[in-house]
Amino acid sequence: MDIGKDLLLEMYRAMVRIRLFEGKVRDLATANEIPGFVHVSIGEEASAAGVCAALRKTDRITSTHRGHGHLIAKGGRLAEMMAEIYGKRTGYCKGKGGSMHIVDFNLGILGANGIVGAGLPIATGSALAAVIAKRDDVTVCFFGDGASNEGTFHESLNLAAIWKLPVVYVCENNGFGEFTPMQTVTSVKDIAVRAQAYGIPGYVVDGNDVLEVYRYASEAVARARAGEGPTLLECKTYRWEGHVVGEQAFLGSGAYRTEQEINEWKARCPLVRFQKFAAESGKIDAAELKRIEEETAAELDAAVKFARESPLPAPSEVAEDVYV
Amino acid sequence: MAQITYREALNQALREELERDERVFIMGEEVGYFGGAFKVTDGLLAIFGEKRVRDTPISELTIVGAGIGAAMGGLKPIVELMTINFGLLAMDQIVNNAAKIHYMFGGRAKVPLVIRAPQGGGHQLGAQHSQSLEAYFLHCPGIRVVLPATPADAKGLLKSCIRQDDPVIFLEHESLYGVKGEVPEEEYLVPLGRANVLRNGKDLTLISYSKCVYDSLAAADALENQGIDAEVIDLRSLNPLDMNTVLDSVRKTGKAIVIYEGWYTGGAGAEIVARIQEAAFDHLDAPVERVATLDTPMPYNAKLERAALPSPAKIIQVAEHML
Ligand SMILES: Cc1ncc(C[n+]2csc(CCOP(=O)(O)OP(=O)(O)O)c2C)c(N)n1
Repeated sequence: MDIGKDLLLEMYRAMVRIRLFEGKVRDLATANEIPGFVHVSIGEEASAAGVCAALRKTDRITSTHRGHGHLIAKGGRLAEMMAEIYGKRTGYCKGKGGSMHIVDFNLGILGANGIVGAGLPIATGSALAAVIAKRDDVTVCFFGDGASNEGTFHESLNLAAIWKLPVVYVCENNGFGEFTPMQTVTSVKDIAVRAQAYGIPGYVVDGNDVLEVYRYASEAVARARAGEGPTLLECKTYRWEGHVVGEQAFLGSGAYRTEQEINEWKARCPLVRFQKFAAESGKIDAAELKRIEEETAAELDAAVKFARESPLPAPSEVAEDVYV
Repeated sequence: MAQITYREALNQALREELERDERVFIMGEEVGYFGGAFKVTDGLLAIFGEKRVRDTPISELTIVGAGIGAAMGGLKPIVELMTINFGLLAMDQIVNNAAKIHYMFGGRAKVPLVIRAPQGGGHQLGAQHSQSLEAYFLHCPGIRVVLPATPADAKGLLKSCIRQDDPVIFLEHESLYGVKGEVPEEEYLVPLGRANVLRNGKDLTLISYSKCVYDSLAAADALENQGIDAEVIDLRSLNPLDMNTVLDSVRKTGKAIVIYEGWYTGGAGAEIVARIQEAAFDHLDAPVERVATLDTPMPYNAKLERAALPSPAKIIQVAEHML
């Protein structure tokens, strides 16, 4: 599959935006400038970027507690994202959602969920809505390896299979659910094989290779759009940062992974991988990538400024938006 | 007496009961190697081994259901739900099985299962991670609902729960784990169903449980400066519910406020208000009031979250209005 230059640059931009945004959020949380639980996805950028590049604007996604990257890849604006994390009225959720729930409904995102596995049936229902309304939109469900042990995963795959729903289940397997290594709590080595139990295709994908992710996602999306039913993709990747920013404080001395393992995965950085591809392909020169990085850095600075300067909600707003 | 934290008190209770009765075992997400999301089971894996301190997949419905099965199989499981918010995934097994098995099978089977779960708001974790859901369980006959406020109660109540044979939902407030208090060095139990009068007063009764006990005590101190003498009662458990202690106090003071962190509407406090007016109507000088969480999902922003949650200031305001 030949991928056009514009799309290649778009995927790189998405990865850079995720990397820089997440790094900033981590630093702000570490400095106690922003509160709550923040889960960042540094190291996992390629799955969000590659999958969302295969989608149209009207296609839907569901996201997770580690959801900033999904929103960014779908086209989210950093300023409203940052303002939400600051709890400001100008944030995507008017300061009521926070890091775990930032979404932009104009971009077809049906929520970022703090409940593990909750997005699976919601994505399935969104795909059902497209079928009933005769829209050829596809829904992508992002979830973690840990979520694949919840009943919702199994029930959703079965339902989508029997109704041939236009949904793509994207498992971002980063090797851990919180501090528990996946293999100690999961019956299979590859989540993708679970697809067989539901009679649908399942593929293991190199989740740090944005081009491979894009190719598998495009095929799965095309199948879904053609009415051929769901696909399970398992993007193997790794999170460089903790499960939650600041986890060292309560982990104490109890490390659950080695520095060596983290460094091995850092050596497989999805951004560096793309840069190498760009250099080798001869299609893109380094200056173009550099420009994307600079533009993103400026965008991020503006986002933080916007967030800091935005007003807080008034106490009376607490009672707004409970009902339509 | 030793000064220890609520967390340490719970940890001691678990350790002592694991030592005492080999039928006791623990399972849940992150309870073993990591020692629990709030470190309550810290160190237990090293002492008791993987057979009795078991890390599970993220599968709440099945963890609780397996706890029920293991309890029916003759063991005394303690299931930790990482927080009560995720316990909602296990609601079916709790309500349709744990709470019903003894009755539905004519008293011939029992489910000696303890489900521990942290709960509560105040940490800017947003709508899905800040709930206080005791009323859901209180509504359901057949399951005990226990909510300790102090380290000494945390330890003594948990040990009692493990030793009795009804299913229990044992709710710990996330803000209390670091709170210190005196805990007896020697072995002791706190019996279920006995409220604790923490402060004597004649003008007004403040009734609460879990973290709101501290809000009530703070409010009582502030009211004292205004010459108002408040009695403070910690219910300790909602099922069994010790109404005698509450009614004795209300008959004396003639005024009561119930303070709880669940939502105002349909909260556990509503049940207590109803029972007070049923049993002590003639003794009341004012309608019984409630201070609870606003009827909204929990907002993320700190200012909004404070506006939603009960607080000493809100209790004082209601008390002043009443007197
Ligand atoms: C139903 C439910 N159970 C437990 C949790 C607590 N929790 C939050 S994230 C997490 C790990 C999820 O692992 P995974 O799905 O692999 O996603 P990752 O964090 O690795 O991206 C857990 C257990 C939760 N939020 N929801």
